[in-house]
Formats: sequence, C-alpha cells, structure tokens
Amino acid sequence: MIDFGFHITPSGTLNLDDVDQKTVDTLSRADYGFRTCIACGSCTASCPAGVFSETSVRQAILSVLNGKDEKALRLLSSCMLCGKCLMVCPRGINTRHLILSLQKQFEG
Amino acid sequence: MIYEGKRKIWSDYQKEIPDDHYFYVRSCIRQSFFPASEAAFLNITRNILGRDVFETEHHTTCGGIAYHSDTIPQETVMTIVARQFALMHKHGYENYVCSCITSFGVYIETLETWRTFPELEAKIADNLRKTCNLEFAKPRFVVHASDLIYKLREEIAAKAKYKLVNAKTGEPLKVVEHIGCHYSKMFPSKGVGGAEYPYVLTGMIEAWGGEIVDYPERRHCCGFGFRQYFIKGNRGYSLSNTHKKFESMEPYEPDFIITNCPGCPYFLDRWQYVIAESEGKTYGKDGHGIPVLTYEEVAGLVLGFDPWDLGLQTHQVAVEPLLDKLGIPYDKEKKFLGAGGKDLGRPALPSCLKCM
Repeated sequence: MIDFGFHITPSGTLNLDDVDQKTVDTLSRADYGFRTCIACGSCTASCPAGVFSETSVRQAILSVLNGKDEKALRLLSSCMLCGKCLMVCPRGINTRHLILSLQKQFEG
Repeated sequence: MIYEGKRKIWSDYQKEIPDDHYFYVRSCIRQSFFPASEAAFLNITRNILGRDVFETEHHTTCGGIAYHSDTIPQETVMTIVARQFALMHKHGYENYVCSCITSFGVYIETLETWRTFPELEAKIADNLRKTCNLEFAKPRFVVHASDLIYKLREEIAAKAKYKLVNAKTGEPLKVVEHIGCHYSKMFPSKGVGGAEYPYVLTGMIEAWGGEIVDYPERRHCCGFGFRQYFIKGNRGYSLSNTHKKFESMEPYEPDFIITNCPGCPYFLDRWQYVIAESEGKTYGKDGHGIPVLTYEEVAGLVLGFDPWDLGLQTHQVAVEPLLDKLGIPYDKEKKFLGAGGKDLGRPALPSCLKCM
C-alpha cells in the first residue's frame, strides 16, 4: 500500500434507523426541550464553564438525538447548573431541567 | 423514484440553446487532462453535424481557478470575461459556447453581477477600453458545450454507429451521470433540468441507448473543489468526496461514468487509482475501475471514432472492458501511439488497480 500523505476521512454519515428512539422518546417526555431546540448555540455561547471545558448543551442535545448518549453525558459533566443558558434560550427551554433529566436518565 | 415528478421538474428548467453559429472558448486544463475531447467536440459539431463553431487563438483562460482560489479579485475576472466577450463580438458572433464548467459558472455569475449592478458593468467596460482597447459587448446566449451536444443529441443518435448497449446481451449499459457543480448549482435556471435534476447528460445517455443509474449520492460533488485539492493538507477531503460517491454507486454496478466538467472526470478517474493503491479497494469488475468519460468522448465512441484518437489511453482506468462490452473494435498495439504514429511511451502500472 502506498502512503500518499493524505487519507480518506471516515464518513460522518449517521443512520438514524440504527438509533434507539426509545431513549429520545423517554427524554422528550421528561423535557420537550429536546424537540424544540433549534441548535442556535446561545446556551453554549453564554456558558461560563464552556470557556474552560467542552460543556455544550447544544451539542449534548444533538448527541442524544444522534444516539451518542455517552458523548452527551460527557459534554454536560462539568455543568454547574448556573442557569445562564436558561436565561438566553430563545425557545424558552428550561435547560437546567433538561440537563438534570438527561443525567437522571443515563445515570439513574 | 417517481419519474413523472422528475420529468415535471426537468420540463420546468429548459433553457434556450441556439442551433448554430457559436464562438467557442476552450478550457485551460482540459487539454492537459483529456487532450482529445475539445478536438472531438469541434470535429463533431463542425464536420459531422455541419455547424458553424468559431474559435480564435487570442482567447485566454477565464481566470476561474485564480478567482475560486481567492488569488485575484472579481473585478479582474470580470475584465478577463469582458475581453472574451469582446473577441466574440469582434468576430461577429453573439452565441457563446464554453468548454469548461468553471468558466460557464464564471460567465453566468459575471452576467448576473452586471445585471444586478449596472455601475459595475460600466466600470468593467471602461477597464476593457483602457487595457485592451476593445468594444464592450455581451453575448445573447451563453451555453456550455454539453448543452450544445445535448441539443444535437438526436442528430448524433441518427448518425450513430454504436449504441450504448451491451453488444452481447443487447441490454442497455448502466451509466452514472455526473454534472459539474458550477453548471447549475449556482444558477439553477441556467442549466438544463435545474440543480436537483439536471437533464443535460441524462438526455444524451437516453438518446444514445443507455440507462441512467439513480444512486443516493448522485448530486454529490466529485471532490475537486479548488482549495481542497490545491493544498496538499486538504486533499484527503477531496479524496473522501470521491470515495463517498463510489461507495454509493458501487452496488448499482455502473458500466461507466459520463461527466461534463474538466475536474470531475480527472478526479473520479485518478482518485480510483489512489483509493486502490492506498486502501486496496477497486470498484469495477475483476480488479478494474469504473471508466470515467467526458461527454465528447462518449459522443465520439457512439459516432464510431477510433478510441485512441479520442485520447482514451490517457485515462487512468482502463477503457478496454467497456469497449469490449460496446463491441467497439480497437488495436491494442496502437494504444500508446500519438499523432503520426509517434510512440508516447508506456506508463508504469499500479499494483492493485488493473489497468490493462
């Protein structure tokens, strides 16, 4: 095999048919914010922890919808529940409740 | 696929393509990549179909590569374009046909910019007068060379010596059509069939007896994308685009790919070598690749041109299995002979991709 100095990037294609929709449905029942989020990123932009860690509510919601539960938990592990994201959300999502619901679902 | 729906959309995006009297401008890179394609276009339109297609050695590149690589400003490109149009006007033509898809995009973008900003048009006309002392003029029609072949496809079919069918089984060949992004993705109304369902190559294949393959990544870019390829660090991105397309079309077992852009056939052809040599994956039968042809080469094959006169020996992927399938005779000994019987030499052969 020849090394050309550049390689094929693995495809980022997601097959949503493979994602367990039960988790998403359960979480949506617990907090409908999972369905109403428009991924604008205001929460991430205003997050005081986001400057120092990979905390991102936006990415966490998308990760759940894409079946990447572990990543969602990791993204919220440094959250201090200060609630700044709640204040800036244009969709009025109770982000604190959403984050706690997510942690409760996966961590029990 | 709901064909009725697609046909409705195709019929909504039909452009006017004049029948005759064109000023032709070549591509700056096609003559290196697939050197006989443009000569085949002129031969078919002028000598076989009797059309008036004029070209002058004084025309230049459109500047598209520099423009899309962000190395020259748009005003410079527009002045180059104005000079090309002025040459057309000087020679008494008003229909402009270009060989390159990038150029086609640049011409359409320039005309649309002038339409939207008339003061810019006046400035460019002034630039043209000062720099070249030429009279500013705009073409009545701008078409891509594939538009013209599409317009003349039935005349070509009437003169065809071969059809795009398997000579042994009589089955139509399965063809993947790949349209250059700058053909209609920027200005959908300027391409036959629009951006979603461009019909320009599909129409040719249907007229010449083949069958189009509809596959998931049909409208995906080939991966050329100027800045992705020119910077070595980004080439993996270019390669990944091509890889994605081939992975998507592989289950449909296409016999060949037809393209209408300078970059697409080059990258779809050459990246098959890179994928084979770095990943060990080939997409054709028995270790071969899938041949990638320009529309002029396909038209030439249909009309009975010698495959080596069409420059098919300059392709990375071997075309012999396709020629056998079509029942087109060829002389193996003459594959690497150039004009006047000059020996062109033999290329080194890859270890994984079968090329003979």
